[in-house]
Amino acid sequence: MKPAFLELDPAAVRVPVRFAGETLMLPEGANLATALLAAGVTVLRHTPVSGAPRAPYCMMGACFDCLVEVEGVVRQACMMEVVEGLEIARPHEGDAHDTL
Amino acid sequence: MSSDYVIIGGGVVGLSVAWGLLRRGLRVTVLDGDDGSFRASRGNFGLVWVQSKGMNQPRYAQWSQTSAAAWGDFAAELGEATGQNLGLEQKGGYDFHFSEESLQATVEKYEALKDKLDGDYPFEVLGHNALRKEEPHIGASVVGAILHHQDGHANPLRLLQALAADVRRMGGRVLTGKTVTDLAKPDGFRVTCADGTVVEAGKLVLSAGLGAAQLGPKLGFKAPVRPQRGQVLITEKLPKIINRPSLIARQVDEGGIQIGATNEEVGLDDGVTQPGLSGLAAEAIAAYPVLGRAQLVRSWGALRVLSPDGLPIYEESAEMPGAYLVTCHSGITLAAAHARFLPDWLEGATDAPDLEVFGEARFS
Amino acid sequence: MTRYDLAVIGAGPAGMATAATAAEAGLSVCVLDEQPRAGGQIYRDVERAAARRGDILGTDYTQGAPLVAGLRAGGITNLAGAVVWAIEEGFRISYTQGGAAAQIEAGRVLLATGALERPMPLPGWTLPGVMTAGAGQILLKQSGVLARRAVLVGSGPLLYLIAAQMVRAGTPPLALIETQTRADLIRAARHLGGALRGWRYLLKGLGLMAEIIRARVPRYTGAQAIKIEGEAQAEAVTFTCRGRAHRIDCDTVFLHHGVVPNTQAARSLNVAHAWDAAQQCFAPKLDEWGQCDVDGVLIAGDGGGIGGAKVAEIAGQLSALHVAGELGHIDRATRDRRAAPLLRARRQEMAARPFLDAAYPPAAQALAPEDATVICRCEEVTAGAIRGYARLGCLGPNQTKAFGRPGMGPCQGRYCGLTVTALLADANGQTQDETGYYRIRPPLKPVTLAELAAMDAGAPGQAEKAAE
Repeated sequence: MKPAFLELDPAAVRVPVRFAGETLMLPEGANLATALLAAGVTVLRHTPVSGAPRAPYCMMGACFDCLVEVEGVVRQACMMEVVEGLEIARPHEGDAHDTL
Repeated sequence: MSSDYVIIGGGVVGLSVAWGLLRRGLRVTVLDGDDGSFRASRGNFGLVWVQSKGMNQPRYAQWSQTSAAAWGDFAAELGEATGQNLGLEQKGGYDFHFSEESLQATVEKYEALKDKLDGDYPFEVLGHNALRKEEPHIGASVVGAILHHQDGHANPLRLLQALAADVRRMGGRVLTGKTVTDLAKPDGFRVTCADGTVVEAGKLVLSAGLGAAQLGPKLGFKAPVRPQRGQVLITEKLPKIINRPSLIARQVDEGGIQIGATNEEVGLDDGVTQPGLSGLAAEAIAAYPVLGRAQLVRSWGALRVLSPDGLPIYEESAEMPGAYLVTCHSGITLAAAHARFLPDWLEGATDAPDLEVFGEARFS
Repeated sequence: MTRYDLAVIGAGPAGMATAATAAEAGLSVCVLDEQPRAGGQIYRDVERAAARRGDILGTDYTQGAPLVAGLRAGGITNLAGAVVWAIEEGFRISYTQGGAAAQIEAGRVLLATGALERPMPLPGWTLPGVMTAGAGQILLKQSGVLARRAVLVGSGPLLYLIAAQMVRAGTPPLALIETQTRADLIRAARHLGGALRGWRYLLKGLGLMAEIIRARVPRYTGAQAIKIEGEAQAEAVTFTCRGRAHRIDCDTVFLHHGVVPNTQAARSLNVAHAWDAAQQCFAPKLDEWGQCDVDGVLIAGDGGGIGGAKVAEIAGQLSALHVAGELGHIDRATRDRRAAPLLRARRQEMAARPFLDAAYPPAAQALAPEDATVICRCEEVTAGAIRGYARLGCLGPNQTKAFGRPGMGPCQGRYCGLTVTALLADANGQTQDETGYYRIRPPLKPVTLAELAAMDAGAPGQAEKAAE
């Protein structure tokens, strides 16, 4: 199946990023939430209330549905840019004692 | 008379008393404020707490113990009636210390209190290493803790909701959005509200929190209560990090870490300040360094309802017999006592608890 | 701590125009915006994207570039990527930038916090693949990313703009499912006189519509019983239209039924707000300069009431002139002389608004969601739960917050606040003003405890707790 999103002019410079244990090649400097969607990622997190899957909704830093965990801190993917070597996890789905 | 009791104040204190009276088959009307009222019931820390209470008045320590011991049955009954899980957990709580001196000084005070309570004050002192076994995330600067086995915590908002639901279920009449403007006792009590509502009842309970300062004197009470602000923080929902609650932090049943609280004499200002937030955050990180990476999602200020000595006030008006002032700072801890035992005192039952030390005579 | 004459929160059209006008008058200005590059949502990333995608996005977008360039003028400190989380008396503004917290002080604060999409709680709206129409635009503006199989749902001119942009980019939407009805259009007709004075907006709308029709994008109007289906992500939209049931398979759903002022920062300062019946939202009470009831706090742009980018720009200039006048940088006569054409232009720009508000009202289904629909995305609270709390005596949203947690999650009520107020107003037979809104407090955006603690003046762990 084709990814739900397409890039009009795919960026020339792509860098490796890890998301939930998988390596993705994303456009350097791109909006992280957008880049994940364009790479075919559909679920960024599961809610702490019911475990329901969520993905970017507002893309402007207001809804907090695109939360991801980077270096132990839960942040909004739509407010971050792609940097080489980012280690991204779905929030609190790793080992609680080490990652928070 | 439409009601046996009119209760002014529909917070946890007023509703706990109402619940207890309704269970005895009495007819109760509760007058509650609106969305913007100062409500300690929705801003409190949620501890069901014994240690540190009544250091100068053992009866208060005892009353807190009585309530803590009754909380389990109370929560079970209320939970069953409403389908609410009140999140009660009573497996002890900590008082953390960052210096040996302060730990030692507090232990000495607890020992003295324990003697006055005939030895019923079950606490133990944990050094840093013992504490780390209980709380793996504890910070290096915590030298030790007092673990008091009668302490615990609950979900105070679900308590409030369950009481609101069950008081109605049992036939209690709850009138919301009311501001009491006038109180009179021509025969029974006659309470008039700003919107013209009039409620008549044989007896009256004033449990209006800070509102008692204004309404109390109209009933012959001194009601010397003042606001004291506590700022509280809560983080994003996290996996289990904290085992037992403390005065610094607790992990609520929904997962967030609640951090509190400041003690500020700022009148009726329930705002939040950056210095307040920063101070609490620093203290929480000192206790649990891993919290440094946690996101603060919400904070609030709430106003404690404090008497001059911090103890509850239970008083029947000499001027208007049948009017009772019921006010306290620890409405959550004392909810079970207010629901189970205070109605006996209001009804003048022979086995009613002795609450004399909590009367207003102590302020003269 | 650096002190400025004026702090501007938000670098969209209102904030950028305020900063440029104020700095030109000689004020020291600090602009704080959480995005890495200025422009706001309407001109998001315009300096980088205009050259690459200007043809698709149109001149309404590319005209934002000079405003962004204006921020490089002398007298303006532009703090990009600065997330403001507290504004206190003084004014002391706390923000996080690059993972560290910092503060500035300012004599006055201008809030240019823009708009949010009106919450649109429909069954299935929390599924991955469901986004706001504004989000769809941001994907395109900032990154040139388009949804291959998208359906647009709701009402309002923005839907046509996005549809037309998607057509131009070669991936037209699968369908436009619109909730407004013919009756709405007839009701709107009485505002047509005013709308004709704002003819440019109407002409633009007709042009977009022509593009959509040429591309043969199916349109359904008066859609009801809309539902987004799917297990782990959106798979289809179902709805009824003139009594017939429809189902359209898709991967992406873009929702929109208008935008509303983002009032979080203003509310945290206890600025008085009132219900705007025409725009179906709360807006701060402002005078013509954007001054609210809190001394030293001004509000410009969509955060003060929806008017769009041009109106925002004008409002920013007016606020800046007012502050410059108050601080003695220009005299009153100069202020009024310069304001006169701006006030005229604003009236002109607002002329089409009543027509558009009436012709494209919010979707009734999303204003009064059925009981099972989740209305608080963060805490997953349903409309039925809110109605239940009303039966337990909750008169306002701060009471339901305590009872069922709506508004307690990280978005802090941004996407449930208006819904909760509407549900309570309906259940209690009160007006929206009587029902009120969430009490908003710092942090306006989440901040890590470490960032907070780094600003602590005292040594950690020394504070002794009061015993009682």
